[in-house]
Amino acid sequence: MIRPLGAIAAFGFIAVMSALPLFDSAYLITHSTRILIYAIMAMSLDLLVGYCGLVSLGHAAFFGLSAYTAAMLSARAGISNVLIGLPLSLLSAAAGALIIGVLTLRTDGIYFIMATLAFAQMLFFLANDSDFFGGSDGLLLLNHFRASIGNVVLFDLSEPTTRYYVVLAAAFATCIGLALMVRSPFGRVLQGIKSNTQRMRALGYPVERYKLACFVIGGTLSGLAGYLYLVLTSLADPSILNWTQSAEVLMMVLLGGMGTLIGPAAGAFVLIELVDQSSALTEHWKLIVGVVVILATLFARGGLAGLVGTLRARRLEAKPA
Amino acid sequence: MQLSTVFIQLLNGVQYGMLLFLIASGLTLTFGVMGIINLAHGAFFMIGAYLAFQFTRYWGWPLPAAYAAAVLAVVLLGAGVERTVLAPLADRDHLDQVLVTFGLILVFDELVVIAWGKDVQPAAIPASLSGSVHLGSQFVYPLYRLVLAGIGLLCALGLYLLVAKTRLGMIVRAGSYDRTMVRALGINVTPIFSLVFGLGAALAAFAGVLAAPILSVSPGMGDKIIIIAFVVVVIGGIGSIKGAFVGALLVGLFDSFGKILFPSVSSLIIYALMAAVLIWRPHGLFGTA
Repeated sequence: MIRPLGAIAAFGFIAVMSALPLFDSAYLITHSTRILIYAIMAMSLDLLVGYCGLVSLGHAAFFGLSAYTAAMLSARAGISNVLIGLPLSLLSAAAGALIIGVLTLRTDGIYFIMATLAFAQMLFFLANDSDFFGGSDGLLLLNHFRASIGNVVLFDLSEPTTRYYVVLAAAFATCIGLALMVRSPFGRVLQGIKSNTQRMRALGYPVERYKLACFVIGGTLSGLAGYLYLVLTSLADPSILNWTQSAEVLMMVLLGGMGTLIGPAAGAFVLIELVDQSSALTEHWKLIVGVVVILATLFARGGLAGLVGTLRARRLEAKPA
Repeated sequence: MQLSTVFIQLLNGVQYGMLLFLIASGLTLTFGVMGIINLAHGAFFMIGAYLAFQFTRYWGWPLPAAYAAAVLAVVLLGAGVERTVLAPLADRDHLDQVLVTFGLILVFDELVVIAWGKDVQPAAIPASLSGSVHLGSQFVYPLYRLVLAGIGLLCALGLYLLVAKTRLGMIVRAGSYDRTMVRALGINVTPIFSLVFGLGAALAAFAGVLAAPILSVSPGMGDKIIIIAFVVVVIGGIGSIKGAFVGALLVGLFDSFGKILFPSVSSLIIYALMAAVLIWRPHGLFGTA
C-alpha cells in the first residue's frame, strides 16, 4: 500500500536533503554529514535491536574498528584511496563482528548486553593504552581521502560538498537496503526470532546462524558509518570506541522508535540536535540530555515513529467511513 | 618476582576486590530480586565519596558521624530513585532499563559537577588510619588499605549470613530464582524490593566513602567502576552473592597481578577474563540459566 502523505513526505525529504548545499553554509553541510553518519549507525543497530531482539551495548566496537583500520592504513601505510581503504575497513568491521558475534551470541538477555559491552571495552582499552594505535590522543590524519584509479581522481572526500553527497547516498542506500532486507524472507525469520526464539527453533530454523548473520550485517554497516566518520573528522580517538558511544546510539534507536529504520535515523537527528542545542545553552547540558532521555524512555514508548503512528491512526479515525 | 612483591600484589588484589564486591553485591541483588539493570548504581558510590569528603573536609564532622551521614543520605536518595524511576521499569525490557539508568548517570554526574566542580577533590586518609604496618622485616603495607580489605571481608561475611541464614535472605534467594512464584506465595515484594535496593545503595555509598582517599574523587568516578562491577557480576553469575564475591576476588587479583606482569595491556585483562568465563559458562560461574 502506498500512502500518499508518506510518499509526498519522502520525496520532499529527498529534495530538501539534496538541495542543502545550495544554502552555501559550511557548518550546515558538516553538521548534516555528521547526523547522516550517525543515522547510518542507528539504522544498523536497529537491525539488531528492533528486528532481531539483540540488545547490543557494544555497537561502537565495529564503528571504531573500521575507523581505526582506515586511520592506520592512512597513517602507517599512506593509503588514503577510498577504493582500497573502504573495503578493508568494512572487512575489519565484519571480521570483528563475526568473532565477537560467535562468542557473545552463546549468551542471552543481560549477559548478552554485558558481553557485547565487555568486548567493546577491550578494544577501547587496546586503542587507549597502546602507542601503536595512537594512545589516548588517537590518530590525527591529514584529510586527503579520495577515490582514484591510477592518477584519475573519481571523487575527493576532503571536499565538503562531495563528502556530503557521498554520505547522503550511503545513508539512503543503507536505509533502502535494510528496508528491503527486513521485508525479505531472511528479515521475516529475524523478526520471528525476536518474537519467539523457541518457536523458530522448533520450526527448524538454524536460529544461531541467523542471529550471527544479522550481527555481522549490522556490524559491517556500523563500520561503514565509522569509515565515513573518519573521513569527516580525520581523527580516530578512543572515545569513538567507548561504551557511552554505544549507549548514545541505542538512545537514538529508542528515541526514534525501534524496528522502523526511519525512526532511528530521525532519532540520530533528534539526539545530536538535543546535545548541540543544550550544550550551546549551558555547560551543564548533560543534565538536560539525561532528563530528556529518562522521560522519553519512561513515557514516549515507541519513540517518534510511535507518535507518528498514533497521529495517523487518529487521522484515519476522524475520516467518515 | 620477589616474594614480597607477590604478597603486596595479593593484598592489593584482595583490597580492590573487596571494594568491587561492595558495589557488585548491590548490583547483583537489584538484578536478582527486582530484575532491574541499574547502570546508575555507580552514582551511589560517587555521591557517597563526595558527601564523606564534604562532611569531613569542609564541615569538620568526626569520622563515624560523617560516614554514617553520607551513607544515610545516599540511601534516602536511592529510595527516591527506586520509587520514582526504577519501580515502573521492573516489567519493562532490559533495553529501557539500560537507557533510563544511562540517563540517570548523566544527571547525577552533572549534579556533582554543579555542586563540586570538575576538578579532582583532594580527599585525605584519616589521620588515625594513616601510616604503615610492618609485617616481617622487609615488608611494609599502608594501614588504611589493610583496614579497607578487612572491612570489605566483614561486609561480605555479614551479607552472606543475611542472605543464607535469615528469612529475608530466603525471600531474596527465592526472588532471584523465580519472582512470580514469590508473589504468588503471598509475599508482599514491594517493601522487600525497597529494602534490598536501599541495602545495595548503602553498600555502594560505603564503598565510595572508604575509597575516597585512595581513588580520585572526581565526576565520572562512578562510571569507571560500575562497568568493572558489572564485569564482576557477570563473571559470578547474576543474582548470586557468592558469585559476586568470587568474581570480585578474581577481578581484583587479575587486575593487580596484570599490572605487574603485563603492564601495557593491563586494562583489558579483566575484560578478557570475563570473555573467557562467558565462553566457558555463558551464565557465569554461579548463575542459573
